[in-house]
Amino acid sequence: MSIDSPRNTAPLTNHTHTGRSVRLCHLYPEEMNIYADRGNIAVLRQRLAWRGYGLEVTEAGMGVSVDPDVHDLWYMSGGQDRDQMIVAEDLVANKADAMRSACADGAAQLFVCGGIQLAGHRYAAVGGVMLRGAGVLDLETTAGDTRLIGDLVITAELVGEKQTVVGYENHAGRTHLGTDTRPLGTVTTGHGNNDTDGVEGAITNRTIGTYLHGPLLPKNPWFADVLLRWALEHRYDTIDPFPKLDDTMEREAHANAIRRAGVAR
Amino acid sequence: MVPPTHEWTPFPSSVVPGGAEGVRRRRDGATEYDQAVRAAVEFLARSAGTVSRRLGRGGGTTLPGVVLLKLRADGTTDLAAELGHGAVHISATNGKTTTTRMISSGLRAANRPSVSNTAGANLLSGVTSALLATTEVERAGSVGLFEVDEAALPAVVKHAPPKVLTLMNLFRDQLDRYGELETLVEIWRQMITGLDPQTALVLNADDPAIASLGADRQNVVWFGVNDTSVALAELGHAADSVRCRICTTPLRYSQVTLGHLGRWSCPTGDATRPTLDVAVTAIATDGLESQTLTITTPAGEITSTLSLPGVHNAYNAAAATATLIALGVEPAAISAGLAATDAAFGRAERVKVQGRDVVLMLAKNPTGANTNIRTALTHPNPLHVLVMLNDRTADGQDVSWIWDVDYEPLLPRLAQLTVSGDRAWDMALRFRYAGVDDAAMHVHPDPAAAIDAAIDATPAGETLFVLPTYTSMLDLRAVLTARGLTAAFWEDQ
Repeated sequence: MSIDSPRNTAPLTNHTHTGRSVRLCHLYPEEMNIYADRGNIAVLRQRLAWRGYGLEVTEAGMGVSVDPDVHDLWYMSGGQDRDQMIVAEDLVANKADAMRSACADGAAQLFVCGGIQLAGHRYAAVGGVMLRGAGVLDLETTAGDTRLIGDLVITAELVGEKQTVVGYENHAGRTHLGTDTRPLGTVTTGHGNNDTDGVEGAITNRTIGTYLHGPLLPKNPWFADVLLRWALEHRYDTIDPFPKLDDTMEREAHANAIRRAGVAR
Repeated sequence: MVPPTHEWTPFPSSVVPGGAEGVRRRRDGATEYDQAVRAAVEFLARSAGTVSRRLGRGGGTTLPGVVLLKLRADGTTDLAAELGHGAVHISATNGKTTTTRMISSGLRAANRPSVSNTAGANLLSGVTSALLATTEVERAGSVGLFEVDEAALPAVVKHAPPKVLTLMNLFRDQLDRYGELETLVEIWRQMITGLDPQTALVLNADDPAIASLGADRQNVVWFGVNDTSVALAELGHAADSVRCRICTTPLRYSQVTLGHLGRWSCPTGDATRPTLDVAVTAIATDGLESQTLTITTPAGEITSTLSLPGVHNAYNAAAATATLIALGVEPAAISAGLAATDAAFGRAERVKVQGRDVVLMLAKNPTGANTNIRTALTHPNPLHVLVMLNDRTADGQDVSWIWDVDYEPLLPRLAQLTVSGDRAWDMALRFRYAGVDDAAMHVHPDPAAAIDAAIDATPAGETLFVLPTYTSMLDLRAVLTARGLTAAFWEDQ
């Protein structure tokens, strides 16, 4: 980096490979890939590599059934309304049982935007179409007349810690939580789950649903590392070694995004 | 740039005294009183632009139109109706500015006068301002040639019904502004349903979404690219519109040319790429300098050497040629017009800065950025690259799209990487997670500092590729202008 950039204190060299890896199940990478959420996977992969772990990705598209026991981390992001309708039926038929079973078993799961909508019980989509969801999270969603668009800053609570998490939201769905799940966090800037609750996302066991795009993980390394620790624990019952990384650049981007979220532009 | 507005305050009818009673009617139905009000309102609107310019508040490429529409809801309609040779609208996610310049150049070569808007002013207010800047006599002798923002197109079509409507492509772009691509396709579909059947549609057959818009229309000129030498190995990550629009089966491509553009068909036989009327059949490139295109048309074959590089410019040339064919322009004038077209503001525009060639390549969405990267990779030497990312309204406030861009092919060719802008740190993270070493990256949020650092790091005689978002481009131009390195500009003026 150049002189005006804060220099990372230690060079990022990959640690000795542990021979271990996290197994990721990526649901519908072709249909549910809007808002560039593939960036989340790049972050998971690289933060594992820097610590000497691998990432094995299984892409679970249309018509494929999923084994509930061989994935430590599950991921689904959002799609266009048209694509979401295409996958919803397949999700219920071929994936939902495995997703619920993995959730109960303590696997880490991250469902973003369309992901949180389809992870719930049902989604009354734009145009009045009722989509059944996987029922992993106790919530339901109804599309509103307007889209909730803009910067989204929340205070999230995970593993007993509270941290600011920053991203961007763009959704028509209004999500309301049932009693068997709790919000991921409270909204500081933006809308979150709906227009009224002041809360964002949902978490049950180690399954997280959220409207945070951006993508979520590059600017929120704390969040990424919580998921990775959960995933490693799921597979190996241990998260050792898990060396601290130099997140100078991530912290700059995080702080800058929060500043920009407060600016009319 | 602000999101297009479809609402305005019409001139309140209560202000018009006496109504039409007792006022002599002209033969065309308009009263002298109406004419006088119209003239006065247009005068006021033009004056607003003049005053704004004199106060140094910009070029007035939108303000007169905004004022006119506030005072008179059908102000644009009146002006557009006076275009003696009708209106042509060009819209797309990518390429509309350059294509409009190509068409304008072709019309000039054919001695056909045109009235046109400028690149930044492509909402209804910009079209209206361009019309306001002409006299009635000029309008009577001209064709109106307008580049139109995708979301603003239905309003522009309503106010200024086109004789020719050219639709080039739809890629995912600024989801916070435009919404989902599919939503835009449906809005365009409804707009086309309302068009006069005589309207000629000039459509890109290689884009399945655009092709679907012409499926039931008679008067269509289909354009596309047939040269197999520019085929990509596979659909890119951010490819859109890759399912059949009738049965949702994934489309089969025998050739992918750019993004989701190519030779496509539905495996179930529901739909297939239409037969081309205007086809680029051969592309002979000469690095970043030029490319010679062979284009077949119903009026005969055209060969033309463009000073604009890249497959995207072959598409732009095909769209321009098809539009000019629809307007009855002769092949010789089309060829001359294409050859005479130089780079639009920031679209592969070349500027000399302290002995370095600086190539400005506007990159505001994944496909546009991927296309620019593809063009930069044709440069034989190690690459010096400055990426500038802003998050203002005209850029799209949501910067997530950079994760849909395939920057990775640049990495093994990089001699220098500098990142800048409101979201320089987001850009830095994009490259960090692509595997760029922190020490190999220069992060300068401030555009002036960034251009200085990037120029310093580029050896004299070498080329610096700049990939800015829209307002980053304006920031950069302001820096260069302040230093006397480029002429002052107001888009194209």
